[in-house]
Amino acid sequence: MVKKVLIVDDSKLARMGVIRALKALHPDWETEEASNAEDAFANVKANLPDFILMDYNMPGKDGITLAAELREFDSSICVAVISANHQVEVVNRAQAAGAAFLPKPLTEKALAGFFETTAQQRNATGK
Amino acid sequence: MDAPSIGLTELELDALTELVNLGVSNAAFSLREMVKEEVILSVPKVSLVSCDEAISILGEQATRRLVAVQQNFDGAINGRALLIFPEVNSLELVRAVVGGAPSLEDIAELEQEALAETGNVLLNGCLGTIANILNRTLKISLPEVIYGESGDFFKEPPPRSASDRVLFVYINFALRGGDLKGYIAMLLDIPSLRTLQQLLKELIENIAGQTSISKTHVD
Repeated sequence: MVKKVLIVDDSKLARMGVIRALKALHPDWETEEASNAEDAFANVKANLPDFILMDYNMPGKDGITLAAELREFDSSICVAVISANHQVEVVNRAQAAGAAFLPKPLTEKALAGFFETTAQQRNATGK
Repeated sequence: MDAPSIGLTELELDALTELVNLGVSNAAFSLREMVKEEVILSVPKVSLVSCDEAISILGEQATRRLVAVQQNFDGAINGRALLIFPEVNSLELVRAVVGGAPSLEDIAELEQEALAETGNVLLNGCLGTIANILNRTLKISLPEVIYGESGDFFKEPPPRSASDRVLFVYINFALRGGDLKGYIAMLLDIPSLRTLQQLLKELIENIAGQTSISKTHVD
């Protein structure tokens, strides 16, 4: 089934890298991009993505704060925060916000693991 | 004003910022292990400026006395990297790295070592990440701590000339609730800047290769 994925990162190159990993796994999935929190929120309201893959360290609102707000808006969206900053406090905050934490640079393996885990969670909860 | 001898495109600067961001993020993890508490980092701002502009930016600090940790690197690109911050901040940094409540004597004794180690972690994080992602090896010298005013840090090689450029990175990191505003400056000679630009082009082509024609909405 075709899914909709929103990629949020202030770096265009980083968004391209995430899309590349995603397209290698699911060439038919639809992708949308946003470079900041405001655009991300507008996109979520307009397109209701199934997944959001977002950077942590962004100017303005950081990825974890944004993840918490988006999950509050719609708790069915699966969010992953992507960062090279894997300090235990950062990983814990991402998880407390209801998001998965994926290391940057993003690998296809890590992304596939995220999709698999969320599918299992959805099956378990019947969503 | 001198015409820049080399300029980076928007996407090349984006790629370089992302590399530096990856580097300092990795370094933050290592610093966290040193100070045993979270290190909060701002998004690095990267720009390519002349030596004179770099000196001027550093001169805007509230205090004129600065401390820098410098390391030379050579390989595919050659140059000098410096972590620079106001000298008044260095004691806070030393306290954070040493831990506990060290005496003033201990701080004085350990200052050079703590500064060198912090600089080593941050600069190696940046240089090592850039080298790894660009698939190149860089030989990085041992860190050296130097004190002075902004102009003092740009006297050594690579030599200043009308066309020289400095990769200037502004970062803000917080330890123990206190802000430490610092800069990372990378001085590259012109051939190294050209090599770096070529490597950035290759990186962009490599990443963009399969996605540039995909159906994406770009804001």
